[in-house]
Amino acid sequence: MDGTLFRSVNKFFIIAFCLDIKSYKSFMHRPDSFFLATKMAAPLTLLLIVAVTIRAVLFRSSLAELISARVEVVSPLNAWKRVVEGLALLDLGVSPYSGDVFHETPLMIYLFHFTVDYAEIVFIVTDGITALALYLSIQTYNKDVFRKQKYALESDRYSADCLELLRSPKEMFYIPLKVAMFYLLNPFTILSCVAKSTCGLNNAIIALFIFCTLKGSALLSGILLALATYQSIYPLTLFAPALLFFLQRLYIPVNLRRSSFWFFTLQYAFMYVGSLVVITGLSFFLLGSWDFIPSVYGFIFSVPDLTPNIGLFWYFFAEMFEHFRLFFSCVFQINVFFYTIPLSIKLKEHPVFLIFMQIAIISIFKSYPTVGDVALYMAFLPAWSHLYRFLRNIFLVSCVLLACSALFPVLWHLWIYAGSANSNFYYAITLLFNFGQILLVADYFYAYLRREHHLTHGLYLKKKDGTEATLVLK
Amino acid sequence: FRLSSLIGHISTCPSLIGQCCQRHPGSVDEFQEELVIRPLHSGDIYASFQFRTLWDTDFLQEGQKVSHYRLFPKSLGQVLSKFSVRELHISFTQGFWRTMQWGQPFIPSPPGAELWVWFHDTVSDVDGNWKELTNVLSGIFCASLNFIDLTNTVQPSASFKPLGLGNATDHRFLRYATLPREIVCTENLTPWKKLLPCGSKAGLAVLLKSEKLFHSSFHSQAVHIRPVCQDEQCTSKAWELRQTLNVVFDLYTAGQGKKEWSLFKMFSRTLTEACPLATSSKVYVDITDNPELFELSPATPLLSQAVVLGDRRTYSVYDLSRAETFGQLRSLNLLLRWKGDGEMLRPLLHAERYVAGFGLQTGEIHTVIYNNHPYRAFPVLLMDSVPWYLQLYIHTLTVTSKSRDNKPSYIHYQPAKDRHRPHLLEMLIQLPPHSMTEVTVQFERALLKWTEYTPDPNHGFYVGSSVVSALVPSMVAMNTNFTQDQPLFSSFVPVKEESSYFVRVYTEPLLVNLPTPDFSMPYNVICLTCTVVAVGYGSFYNLLTRTFQVDEPSLPLAKRLANLIRRIRGVPLLT
Repeated sequence: MDGTLFRSVNKFFIIAFCLDIKSYKSFMHRPDSFFLATKMAAPLTLLLIVAVTIRAVLFRSSLAELISARVEVVSPLNAWKRVVEGLALLDLGVSPYSGDVFHETPLMIYLFHFTVDYAEIVFIVTDGITALALYLSIQTYNKDVFRKQKYALESDRYSADCLELLRSPKEMFYIPLKVAMFYLLNPFTILSCVAKSTCGLNNAIIALFIFCTLKGSALLSGILLALATYQSIYPLTLFAPALLFFLQRLYIPVNLRRSSFWFFTLQYAFMYVGSLVVITGLSFFLLGSWDFIPSVYGFIFSVPDLTPNIGLFWYFFAEMFEHFRLFFSCVFQINVFFYTIPLSIKLKEHPVFLIFMQIAIISIFKSYPTVGDVALYMAFLPAWSHLYRFLRNIFLVSCVLLACSALFPVLWHLWIYAGSANSNFYYAITLLFNFGQILLVADYFYAYLRREHHLTHGLYLKKKDGTEATLVLK
Repeated sequence: FRLSSLIGHISTCPSLIGQCCQRHPGSVDEFQEELVIRPLHSGDIYASFQFRTLWDTDFLQEGQKVSHYRLFPKSLGQVLSKFSVRELHISFTQGFWRTMQWGQPFIPSPPGAELWVWFHDTVSDVDGNWKELTNVLSGIFCASLNFIDLTNTVQPSASFKPLGLGNATDHRFLRYATLPREIVCTENLTPWKKLLPCGSKAGLAVLLKSEKLFHSSFHSQAVHIRPVCQDEQCTSKAWELRQTLNVVFDLYTAGQGKKEWSLFKMFSRTLTEACPLATSSKVYVDITDNPELFELSPATPLLSQAVVLGDRRTYSVYDLSRAETFGQLRSLNLLLRWKGDGEMLRPLLHAERYVAGFGLQTGEIHTVIYNNHPYRAFPVLLMDSVPWYLQLYIHTLTVTSKSRDNKPSYIHYQPAKDRHRPHLLEMLIQLPPHSMTEVTVQFERALLKWTEYTPDPNHGFYVGSSVVSALVPSMVAMNTNFTQDQPLFSSFVPVKEESSYFVRVYTEPLLVNLPTPDFSMPYNVICLTCTVVAVGYGSFYNLLTRTFQVDEPSLPLAKRLANLIRRIRGVPLLT
């Protein structure tokens, strides 16, 4: 009896939703450019203008020099000072890779060889592109989510009492704008841009990769993923979510015995590896030597530069016993790649969330992280705003992250300039910051899984004896 | 009778050594010793010893094994032949030569130890030879030269040309290293004295008492080995070993504030004889400023003029090989007494260096070079070797003279490789007349591994002196013709043209602080960082492997025990 009642209520809501969908559809199905021009163009333009103004003002102020020397904002891999040094070495007729100052890829040298005088504009435009790509990606993703939710509702796959978990077009409408805003107005992004950290460029490549993936262009996605990998190795773990997304989009089941699965996987892998080979080969022809391989990728993996940053590596390897160094650098590097396969299995139905998880894991466990990396995955948080009710310690985590962000410069000053603190102070803050990030990501992962569980099993679970049940992980 | 005259006698006999017969009879394996005393305007006194041994052999050319050593120290001779050394210069210096107060030294040297070696161009593994050579020299001189490795060795492209015969220009065969932190003491002096033919038993070397030598403002001892011409026509080569020792006694610490110096006061010894093996043994006293500034006793009728470092100087000469030098008392104790204050000597070329900036993150090296010549501009070669843990940014290099940009006409820059090689920066700068040129370059301080710090890390890390090499325009015509009779101190650096002379100026070494980790923390850091990683691993592992389930509270312990009994009895269980 209960079941039929629920069913009828459910039907009612579906009808209500469909009405809503119709209103949503009315602008969802228009061409994007038109859609942008009509409804969202004004706030987005305003956002871009505000973001550009903030950056332009900071570039002109005396703060720019201060920010570009901050170890939290620039690492040996992406500091602008080192890009300029590389170009200066090239001018002197010395290979930029003959020393240990320059660790950018050859394509980066050539980009900045021509644009070094317009670097500020390049970095502002890059941030704009990233925000726009994220905006369009999340818009596409939301449409996708909404369509799936509709089918699930129509096919009665959702539990009856989880209506309040369903997402309405109204609340989803501003999410893309919020994502763009989270990226553009995030102090981390602004600092990174003002410091002219090339991290912004890597973020743009990853954002464009996500955009192309979500738009379904396998070739462009492969090329951009190769470019991202070429820039900093770690994004190669994004291969798995992209592949899962394409398989899902083409309705190819993830089944190792199906030839269609293997056919597409090989096709995508070929596009990815092929473009990686082409890009690397191009770099070789630009410089005429393979020196950049040890200088860029060897540098990332072996962590020889122990300049403090917000990551876990520097103090650990400064204090490491020499005979354990190789072992521990393997252990620490493997963290980035280790979670890819289990996460892909667990989240194979949700490749976009998987992308978010992977980017977050990269930014926590990479060898030279900067706040620019953190900003990229934080931009996705508005896209998961529906998970808010399941987050367990978001207040604690936000406090930790905020407090750490404030304490980084303070303790740095005490250690390096005042001499009244020592390295342990700064180290403690990096530990706490990473702890906060791990909690944040784990919390979102938990909330995502829990919502999925509730969607299928109902929101108000009952025990066998009819009393209210608590949900635990077993 | 004297050994040297015996050798000279043998060599004149054509039946014994055929080829040598065309040579100057006295030129085979000869030994000269010389002491120059220069009163300085500051009231300090500068004493410079030079001992020169000529070895008439050319084992590198003939490829023969030399087993017979006469005056040349065997330990060095074997080293030369084993490592195919073409030229070797090593110096140990305690204190810093103050060019502005003291003028130019005869042979300059940087604080600490300096070693530069030209290898013969037949050497295939130069780095291997260099490594072994430094270890051997470390043993010979009881010094820490074994700390010279690839991280502090450079190959300057222009600053260090061979001083001896042969114009080698391929700097692949050159190695240069300094140890600015090397402390020089008695233990380095003793092996150095042992290389002398007479040891410290006779001749000028009796003055070398360490308790006095090291109670001075500046002490520098050096060994220079190079191939030279045997005669004016340069028909045959010989090996020259020059051992030099420079010392500056301070007016206040060594001279008790009185401007009155004597050999006894300086060295607590007087001279009684020449080294019997020496062909010449002389003491020169610079009396160019006499008699206005000081008086010298005993007076000597012998005067000599020499053009040294662009200046014509007059010297009183005391020839120790002549008995009358020692007078009635059979001992020579020179006495110099100042009468008034002199003006400060302004050297034409002078350089200094310092680190600017605060904090332990970045800094800036400033090198200031002065050209005090009133109307002549001249080029200088500046060489900087900076350890890898100070990361130089060459794009921040600025050279300004008279507040105008002065672009170097030649820059040779080799960036450092972490833990493998230092930065090498060499440049040719034109110094405008009567000017100050400032060279600045920014650097970043690296955080090292905890085992890479010295035992006293907060003392700081030394950066070797910059080397400024220049051909300075001379006020007087330099003496370019090679003669045997020139005093040793004026014949070390070959003079190629009359209008200029070669000068090398070393700046101060730098002491730079680096950020340090907490050395007591390795276990804590490993534990804490691994904990954070484990927190990440644990939470992901939890979420990945477990699934959500409704929490059914387990029965209380009493009920569970009851159920256990009921199960055995076969009775329905409690819920």
